[in-house]
This record gives sequence, C-alpha cells and structure tokens, in this order.
Amino acid sequence: MMKMNKRTKLILTIALAVAVMLLLAYLDANRAQYSYGIAILQRSAIYAIVAVAMNMLTGFTGLFSLGQAGFMAIGAYTVAILTIPVEDRPSVYYINGIADALANASLPLWAALILGGLLAAFVGGLIGIPVLRLKSDYLAIATLGFSEIIRAVIAAPQLDRITNGSYGLKSIPNFGSIYDVFIIAFLCILVMILIINSSYGRAFKAIREDEVAAEAMGINLFKHKGMVFIISCFFTGVSGGLLAVFMRSIDSKTFQVMLTYDILLIVVLGGLGSITGSIIGSFLITAAREWLRFFDNPLIIAGFQIPLFRSGFRMVIFSLVLMAIVLYYRKGIMGSKEFSWDGLYRFIHRLLSRVRRKTPGKEANHHE
Amino acid sequence: MDISVFLQHCLTGISLGGAYALIAIGYTMVYGILRLINFAHGDIFMMAGYFMIFAIASFPWYIAIPIVLIATIILGVLIERVAYKPLRNAPRMSIMISAIGVSYLLQNLATYLFTALPRGYPTIPLLKKIFEIGPLSASLVTLITPVITLVLVYVLILLINHSKAGMAMRAVSKDFETAQLMGIRINQIISITFAVGSLLAAVGSILYFTDRMTVFPFSGALPGLKCFVAAVLGGIGSIPGAMLGGFVLGLGETALVAMGYSTFSDAFTFVLLILMLLIKPTGLFGEKVTDKV
Repeated sequence: MMKMNKRTKLILTIALAVAVMLLLAYLDANRAQYSYGIAILQRSAIYAIVAVAMNMLTGFTGLFSLGQAGFMAIGAYTVAILTIPVEDRPSVYYINGIADALANASLPLWAALILGGLLAAFVGGLIGIPVLRLKSDYLAIATLGFSEIIRAVIAAPQLDRITNGSYGLKSIPNFGSIYDVFIIAFLCILVMILIINSSYGRAFKAIREDEVAAEAMGINLFKHKGMVFIISCFFTGVSGGLLAVFMRSIDSKTFQVMLTYDILLIVVLGGLGSITGSIIGSFLITAAREWLRFFDNPLIIAGFQIPLFRSGFRMVIFSLVLMAIVLYYRKGIMGSKEFSWDGLYRFIHRLLSRVRRKTPGKEANHHE
Repeated sequence: MDISVFLQHCLTGISLGGAYALIAIGYTMVYGILRLINFAHGDIFMMAGYFMIFAIASFPWYIAIPIVLIATIILGVLIERVAYKPLRNAPRMSIMISAIGVSYLLQNLATYLFTALPRGYPTIPLLKKIFEIGPLSASLVTLITPVITLVLVYVLILLINHSKAGMAMRAVSKDFETAQLMGIRINQIISITFAVGSLLAAVGSILYFTDRMTVFPFSGALPGLKCFVAAVLGGIGSIPGAMLGGFVLGLGETALVAMGYSTFSDAFTFVLLILMLLIKPTGLFGEKVTDKV
C-alpha cells in the first residue's frame, strides 16, 4: 500500500491548522450571527480537556474514576470566586456577604485556572492516595461518593460566605476573545499527549495491560497510579474552571453525577485509549445534545402527536447509546488507535474500493 | 444527652442500618461472584420504590408487596441477562462501564416516565402503627426492620451453607473457571445471585421508603453508594460482614445527624471507607486474596 511521505503529512497538518484558524476567525468576525455555533464549539473544547484527562486515567492506565463532576466543581468554584470583579461581589453575595479574606482576593484568569487545577489535584491526592495504595476497584466508588459530597459541601449553609451556598455564583467575566478556550484546550491536551508518549505513559499502559507483570518489570505501581490520578484531576479542575467562565453562572446543581456520565459517554464513544477519539467524541456528543433537543419537545406530525416525545426522552436515548456502544461496539469510534493521515488515507481508500467493487456487482444483478 | 433521647436515636440508627444491610448484601454477593461493582443496584432499589407506588394503586398491600418483590427480581435478572452476560469474557472495565450505563439508563428512564418530582410513597397503615415503650415511641416499621434483616440474613446464610445452589455459589465465587469445569451452570448461578440480591433490595426499599415517604429518580444513587461502602466495611464477599457494615453506617450516620452535623453525614460514609482501607483493607470479615498471575 502506498504510504504518504513526511512532507505531504506536514503540509496536510499545516493545512488543517490553517483551516481551523480561518474557521475560528470567520466565526469571530460574524460573532453575532454564529453565537450558538461558537458556544457549542467552546463547550466541546472544554469537554475535550476533561474527556482526555479521563481517558488518560481510564483508557491508558486502566483506573476507573467517577469523580469528574466533583473535581470540575472545585476548579469552577475556585475560578469563579477569584475572577468575579471585586465591585460586583456585594451584588453576588447579596444574602450573606463574602468572607473577609476573599473580599479583595482576585487573580487573572490563567492564574485562577492553574490554582483551580492545583486544588483539584490536591483534593484528588487526598482521596486517591489511600485508595490507590490498595485496590483500585474502590476508586470508582470513592470518587463517585466524593463528587456527591462536594456538591453537598458547596451548598452547605456553613460555607455561605465562600461559595454563596445554594444561590450559586454569577457575574463571572467572560473570556477575552473566542480563541482563549481553544488555545487553553490545545495546550492542556498537548501536555497530556506529551505525558502519555513519555516513559511515564508507557508505564501507565503497562499497568493497564497487567499490573502484576508491570510490577515485576520494576514499575512502581503506587507511584504511577497516584501520579496519573493527580495529573488527571489537575486537568479536570482546569476544565471545570473553563466551564465556569463559559457558563457565566454556576451552582452546585451544575456538577451532578450526570456530568460525569456525559464525559464517560464521550470517552467510551471515542474509544478507550485514543486521545483523538476523545476529542472527536466530545465534539460529536456536544453537538448531538443540541441537535437532538427535538426529542424533548412534543412532536406533532400531520396533527397527530407522536407519544414518546416529551421532556427527558433525549437522555433516555443517550443512555441507550452508551449501552449499545458498550455491548455491541466496544471499541468506539477510534478503538485504541490515534488519528493519522495514513489511517485516514487507508480509510478513504478502503471506502472507495468497496464502492467500486459494489457498483459492478449491482450492474450484474440488473442484467439477470 | 437524655438516656431516652439516646435510645430513640439508637432505634432510628438500627432501623436505617437494617435497610442498608439488606441492600449491601446484594452488592457483596455480586462482587463476590463477578468481581463487579453493580452500580445499578441502587437504582434497582429506587425502581422497587416506584413499583410499590403503582402496585398499591390497584391492589391491597398484602398483594402489592409480593408483586413488588417479583417485579424487582425480574428487573434484576433482566439487567444481568441483557447488560452483563454478553460481557462475560470482556475486560472488567467494559462490564463496569456497562453497569454504569444501566444505572444512567434507569435514572433517565425514571425521570422520563415518572418525572423528576418526588412522588409520595404509599403508607401501609400496619407498618406505620406507633408503639410506645416507656418514653420511647416508634412506628412498627422501625421496630421490625432489624428483625426482618436478621431473619433474612439467617435464612440466606443457611441457604448458602446447606443448599445445593448455595454450594455452587460459593464454588463460583472461589474460582469462576474451575467451577465451570466441574459442571456448575455458571449463568444459572449468577441469575440466582442477582435474584436474591434484588429480592433483598426490594424488601429494603419497602422498609426504607416507608420511613422516608418520597421516591424520586435519584433517591437510589446515594443509598446505593453507601451500601457498597457498607459491604466493603464488612469485607466484600461476606454476608454477615455486609450486615454489620450496614448497621455501623446506619448508626454512625444517625449519630452525626443527632449531633447536628447532618451536612456531613453523607461524607462520613466515605471517610469511613478511606479509613477502613488504610487500617484493614480486607474489611471486618474479609479474606485476604492475593493476585494470581
């Protein structure tokens, strides 16, 4: 089979990057017209970060964490509290006032994002280290429980002066330009790709394949598991912070377990162990969530109301999709492969040859 | 604290613990056999709550209860057949994701079918009858929950130790493949396990929701997680352990609520889990299992 040489691939990659940039510039120039589309793309980019972070943990290391919503909440609240303009704070905390220590504390967005990520990583370490030292089976339960608790704690009246309790936080300043989200997402995912391709990443994969064998080869199980968990928590926290800025107002209900399940659906659909799969999955699922909104509205065809269509039907479809993928299409879109120009070329080649083979077959049938 | 207030709280705690214990057994049995955290178990428990609401609408309670039990068993076995059985030889990650998928599906289905608003749980007059013992007062359900739990656990242990199916169950949990080679019908045994687990979850749901009064699509999520923790506390795979874990959690949680820390009563469970894993990872009654190469 013909293989593309390096130069063609480089040109294609640059062409793709330029195309994406031009598309963004076009959307930016016509912001008013495409605000809905831009919002979908931004949300997809934010989900892509957390999906890749989850995939690094689940797909590459074989550890199962279900605390994404909780870690995102930590990042989101950190960023929200530190970036709401000081002069707006009295109106946000109009019920109980803000804690004195935080009244004037303010950080630029990038610093707040990093701090949010670090806090999420710290809390992740607190939970993960004792659990990972023993059986990683329990990690899923411990983190799932944690993410429920963090919601309860955020809404607790004792923290009213910090998190504004159940009233939530609003007036979070928006991104400076529409490029911000995409640049940050690109950087985060790039760092994760570099980690996965480093010697640490190979150790993660060894742990996924066989823990006992990996340990026998001299990989420190506990160190590597703890490391990947904390790194994943960091990026989950960052994406939570971005989500807070994107949504402009958050409360504890934003970070329900359903959010974690949505991310899981993205990772499974994209393929466990494929970064590009997770990215494609996040754009696909986020867009589909919007397109499929009509499932939630009553559908009337020729004056006859189709009975199934009403509020909540969309989520039932989503859960059925998740089940169908797990049961019948376990590899997801990308399996554990990554996107490559060679792969795309082969795919198109195969598609074309199949079409070509089919067409004469059909003609033969016609002759009979 | 007054002694009678203290006893009153103890009674509440034991009653809550009894319901937890019944759910925890379902987790511990499934984990013992399939090494699977059955995330859907809490939602089976929630569905049993809805079954009761609909059953009682058209039948008297003594017919409604058996209907609920049978419907829950059917649901549990059906879930196993559809979502777990095809993945018997798949990596453990896939079956765990499938379990989450079922939980996600049941929650969304319940939201879709019954709306997210809490529904009132029917009161069975007999269970709600108030008894007064000296200064204590308790409804019948509070008093009989621990009794029912103890009786059911006793019967279950007898069955597991002395019946043929129980022996097969123990064999399967010891060594899946060898048991299969010895002619044990694995699928049948796994179905029985899910049936027993769902039955106990249904009994637990009747006892639990009679006290709580309302059911909503997410009312199974947190109790489900807590009961898995209870199973870990007692040593996963051990039925008396799961029961003890359930009682410990129920009492601990009630104690925290009584002391005024109700916000943190849920967090308590998971702190307990982490502490237990640090101090005695095999749980109270668990056996040490080494990884086989």
